[in-house]
Amino acid sequence: MRYSGFKVIKEALTGHKGWKPAWRDPEPQAHYDIIIIGGGGHGLATAYYLAKEYKQKRIAVLEKGWIGGGNVGRNTTIIRSNYLLDGNEPFYEFSLKLWEGLEQDFNYNAMISQRGILNLIHSDAQRDAFVRRGNAMMLNGADAEMLTTEQIKKRYPFLNTEDARFPIKGGLAQHRGGTVRHDAVAWGYARGADSRGVDIIQNCEVTGFRIENGKCLGVETSRGFIGAGKVGCAVAGSSSRLMSKADMRLPMESHVLQAFVSEGLKPVLPGVITFGAGHFYCSQSDKGGLVFGGDLDGYNSYAQRGNLPVVEDVCEGGMAILPAIGRARLLRMWGGIMDMSMDGSPIIDRTHIDGLYFNGGWCYGGFKATPASGFCFAHLLAKDEPHPTATAYRFNRFEKGLMIDEKGMGNQPNLH
Amino acid sequence: MIIEHPLLGPRDSAEFTYMGDARLIDRPDASSETAARDFYEYGYLRENPAGWHDELWFHEAGDRSWLVVTRNTLTHEISKVEMARDVARSRGRSK
Repeated sequence: MRYSGFKVIKEALTGHKGWKPAWRDPEPQAHYDIIIIGGGGHGLATAYYLAKEYKQKRIAVLEKGWIGGGNVGRNTTIIRSNYLLDGNEPFYEFSLKLWEGLEQDFNYNAMISQRGILNLIHSDAQRDAFVRRGNAMMLNGADAEMLTTEQIKKRYPFLNTEDARFPIKGGLAQHRGGTVRHDAVAWGYARGADSRGVDIIQNCEVTGFRIENGKCLGVETSRGFIGAGKVGCAVAGSSSRLMSKADMRLPMESHVLQAFVSEGLKPVLPGVITFGAGHFYCSQSDKGGLVFGGDLDGYNSYAQRGNLPVVEDVCEGGMAILPAIGRARLLRMWGGIMDMSMDGSPIIDRTHIDGLYFNGGWCYGGFKATPASGFCFAHLLAKDEPHPTATAYRFNRFEKGLMIDEKGMGNQPNLH
Repeated sequence: MIIEHPLLGPRDSAEFTYMGDARLIDRPDASSETAARDFYEYGYLRENPAGWHDELWFHEAGDRSWLVVTRNTLTHEISKVEMARDVARSRGRSK
């Protein structure tokens, strides 16, 4: 069933009795050509592009809970491609281009809003760094513009531009960046994949891999063994936990990242802003809530909830750059588990086990990468070679010294 | 989180800097034939368990001692805190 404006009006006039479930609830079959573990944004996108772009058949997505219940439902919904390094920028620009056509592509309203993202500058050194970053972005076909304080004041009158310690000296804007209705991304991909024959199997936890003679033959699950030609893992914060079942150790630590939303307010923030002198970023949802976040809690965690020192730190950042936020009441706060890699960049690669593929290490930048991550992982699964924009995301880059360390922090996952 | 410092008693975890898996105490032998591989694994690969985890915490805003904290990554519960120096010595390190 295709969604359209006409369909909405027709259903409105006939009591909304013609809507059907957006995806099926199939029983797992005994064998699939390709199994994707993880029914989050990346896993569902992978299945969608496998079926749509790479014409693969007999695909299943296995999800231990319900689809979209992990980080795709827990992030701060920001999309952007303002990266510096060669290994990253073409990939994230590819992702942003996919975002731009996504709603038409999968026929689902994901409320993609290119309201722009603005990285604020507070010092001369930071201006130099951001000019360089802007140039790197433009070299890779992305858009970037340096804004003056006057331009920023006009667009964002509520920002504290005159702070004595960290005055705003300008900003790097990417006007094509913005926000997306994050749950709709999971649902849109799920519906698109399902309608092309992908089996989305929820409440099906993978408990182990069946590996014989260095080849992965399938997965053991809470609903029995399921055979597979190829198995792709896309489970974000649970990556180490899952891959340990294949006796793999990953270059990753799992950390908790908290996010926050205020009560609904009149429009105050037209785009996404990031504070340059502390870790704080904020946008306003279409319902009016200020959606914001900051640093990781900083210690390994699988708890999906954080502690208070980081709440204080994030709110201090918010008060410094957006003092009006102090009058808003906090509506909700939550935590998600990030697969923080050793250089802050992801991995989309084969493993040393034949037929077992891995997609993870997204740190806390996985949401914006969802379409390209799915596309590139589908490319790898279908063709057994990396997509041209994802050639740097290999397991062996740590051993070879080919790290993609955007922040220059070294092998300290909690600092990326 | 409150960390029971063996010398100072209960301290706020915000006073500490986190350094990750306590296996970092076991620095590989640089003269070994497999040193390149060993240092790669030491520097980059982690168990990253969901459950009990021995980890290094540095009391940066306190007495600047290194601690080995045994903490559950699923609940944030702390079961044991030792001086990292004692742990290293018990494994045969001289300093």
